[in-house]
Amino acid sequence: MKSAVIVFPGSNCDRDIAVALEKASGRKPHMVFHKDTELPDVDVIAVPGGFSYGDYLRCGAMAAHSPIMRVVKERADKGVRVMGICNGFQILTEAGLLPGALIRNKTLKYVCRTVGLRVESTESAYTAKYAAGQTIRIPVGHGEGNYVADDATLDRLEGEGLVAFRYVNHDGAPDAEGNPNGAARDIAGIFNKGRTVLGMMPHPERAFEPLHGNTDGRAFFDGLVEALT
Amino acid sequence: MKAKVTVTLKNGVLDPQGKAIGHALHTLGFLSVGEVRQGKLIELDLEETDPEAARATVDAMCRKLLANTVIENYAIELVP
Repeated sequence: MKSAVIVFPGSNCDRDIAVALEKASGRKPHMVFHKDTELPDVDVIAVPGGFSYGDYLRCGAMAAHSPIMRVVKERADKGVRVMGICNGFQILTEAGLLPGALIRNKTLKYVCRTVGLRVESTESAYTAKYAAGQTIRIPVGHGEGNYVADDATLDRLEGEGLVAFRYVNHDGAPDAEGNPNGAARDIAGIFNKGRTVLGMMPHPERAFEPLHGNTDGRAFFDGLVEALT
Repeated sequence: MKAKVTVTLKNGVLDPQGKAIGHALHTLGFLSVGEVRQGKLIELDLEETDPEAARATVDAMCRKLLANTVIENYAIELVP
């Protein structure tokens, strides 16, 4: 599996995800700068977490219009896998690759903890290695992860099975206790229509190896490698 | 010509910052304050001198970058 990681000024999870991609696939990802206008031929593009452009205007708004994102959009249209994690999710919604938006956490507080996630769909390269309905534990770290969309969009996402992950409590049930940011319908991650583009607030790359104290994110990358190799 | 763009969250979109400001105002004794909504003001210097052209340009800017119309409304005011 060949991969690329987009690096914006202010990205801070680019190296973490590069390490996870390399360890899972055995190939070093291409690190592609935001000003670049060309992307190597890859199977998956990661838009990493961080604070691209200092979160100016709105989280992800400036990055969504950077030169490289034009190329990322073209690739996504061709069916290349594109995943946005945390700030990457915000960038993908701002770029119009995913519906809805991410606004300030309901509590107004930056939230940094490990949350429970229910795998809502295993029909994607990202989630194929999990069991449907499985609860995994993955860290989040964000101030603006409160997913919003109009009811019609939310109904469509649910109806078409495009909710990837939902926040759940310790008993594995979605509720306000498990939801760290107030996201609509406890949504933590969504797919585009073809399930080739994924956006999610939690960080699977931070739960990748035993040193992290949690390896629930490992299957995310292993599934990708299996599907795309 | 200058343009002032006011960006506000749409009705129904939770505005936790506005809520916090409201709480703070109440704490300070401004009890007549009801709902508070926070937005942002963006001032632009434009080369255009024709108001219609200026408005069209700024409208395009709003739709493309200045506002996220999924969650925000915008209003444009031109200042000659």
